[in-house]
Amino acid sequence: MTNQELQELIAGWFTDPSAVKLEFTEEGSQFLNISIHPDYLHEMMYYLKINRNTNFDYLFCLTGIDWGKELEVVYHLESTDHRHIIVVRSKIEDRDNPEIDSVHDIWETANFHEREAFDFYGIRFRNHPNLKRLFLSEDFEGYPLRKDYVDEKLMVVK
Amino acid sequence: MRTATINNNFKSEEYFINMGPQHPATHGVLRLLLTIDGEVIKKVDPDLGYIHRSIEKMCESDSYQQIVHLTDRMDYLSAHINNEAVCLTVENALELEVPERVKVIRTIMDELTRLSSHCLWWGVMGMDVGALSSYFYGFRDREMINDIFEETCGARLTMNYNIPGGLRQDIHPNFVKRVKEFLAHFKTKLPEYDRLLTGNVIFQKRTKGVGVLSKEDAISFGASGPVGRASGYSCDVRKHHPYSALDRVEFEEALHTDGDSYARYLVRIQEMWESISIIEQLIDNIPEGDHQVATNAVIKLPKGEYYQKVETARGELGVYIVSTGTKNPYRVKFRSPGLSNLSLLNHITVGGKIGDLVATMATIDIVVPDIDR
Repeated sequence: MTNQELQELIAGWFTDPSAVKLEFTEEGSQFLNISIHPDYLHEMMYYLKINRNTNFDYLFCLTGIDWGKELEVVYHLESTDHRHIIVVRSKIEDRDNPEIDSVHDIWETANFHEREAFDFYGIRFRNHPNLKRLFLSEDFEGYPLRKDYVDEKLMVVK
Repeated sequence: MRTATINNNFKSEEYFINMGPQHPATHGVLRLLLTIDGEVIKKVDPDLGYIHRSIEKMCESDSYQQIVHLTDRMDYLSAHINNEAVCLTVENALELEVPERVKVIRTIMDELTRLSSHCLWWGVMGMDVGALSSYFYGFRDREMINDIFEETCGARLTMNYNIPGGLRQDIHPNFVKRVKEFLAHFKTKLPEYDRLLTGNVIFQKRTKGVGVLSKEDAISFGASGPVGRASGYSCDVRKHHPYSALDRVEFEEALHTDGDSYARYLVRIQEMWESISIIEQLIDNIPEGDHQVATNAVIKLPKGEYYQKVETARGELGVYIVSTGTKNPYRVKFRSPGLSNLSLLNHITVGGKIGDLVATMATIDIVVPDIDR
């Protein structure tokens, strides 16, 4: 499907797209970007996977980004049948207690990648079966890939 | 009667075994927490981070030229391909067209890298199932490729040969001759690999029907590279999203449907033949021209996001750069093939015997710095 067709199909799933903060953009990216409110993310992801026309069965990249005020989780999805790609993104406003639903029940690969995002950004993935640090040790304090992380001993600021 | 008594007296019990981080068969500092019941594996829980160097965080304070050399410290057996991934991302963002000569040389280097990586894997694979001689055969042939790299790039492992805009220097005058010599040599040696290991009965018994991965699970776990293709999942980035000179070569995607350790072995052997064929199609037709185009000393990518996939020897590497328009990237994410491939280890080894764990791990072909970054 083309980006235009995907956009029309996905927008049609919601009766009131503005209520779930559904937005589409292709600006500044080679893919179609869909942003959605974190509370409605899991439901949309489920339909993206099972709908026969979208069939996004391959989650190939899961990234956390710190935008200063908010934290964002970015999912890159591809369909191995149709070979179309989209990017789903969700901004979490609460920095002190960031939470979003886990998608490990839709794509198994999310298990490790969500643990990585938790490790580096402190984003808590609800319903994750084993949410603990992936690379850093258990007693590590803070979330090092956040922009406000300071470590005078280990970091060289250029 | 006697059996019943024995069963009553000896209760089976689960216990834990630590494998690694200092273990020769984990190929690096990987620690696996195994839950065992007798000889049967109940759970494999990888404990990562022993070689975590925070490459993604370092990238945020580096310029785009400096990022490139960090990437060949990730999957050090696919150094050229990792370098190329970053360069392609930057070039696409700048809408920079590199000369045809660069594209062809990059693809030849990629395939040589794949051959050298698979040679090492083949040697180690044999060693992991108890056939030590394969190790020496594999390293003998890999040595010739490393010599070619050394002559042109000045380094044998962390080449750092690609730069945004082209290649650091032109190929050595001997390059074409030596690559041809190597191919002629290797084509006589690859059947030797088959005679030594592929047809070996003990080897087949250790690998056939062991560690089976279905196609649906392969996709769900994000498997890529030979691991995915051995399960019949067509995931070759070179086919689906061709880059550099791959659009002008013909090659077959190695696909098997069994999904067991033996299929993963066969896929890599077939890939070596395909790599030879790709290099042969290009080596006589390297176009004349410059080996780089000039870029600004300070590269600033336009505000936006850029993603590039490439096929390393282990699978799909993704480079995701978020730029805010300054000389440093705002966020760099490397989607490493190793992490996703490792995540399915638990799934395919549970229920099997502990003796098969090392052999199964060898067919996944893990490079730990690629997983930990």
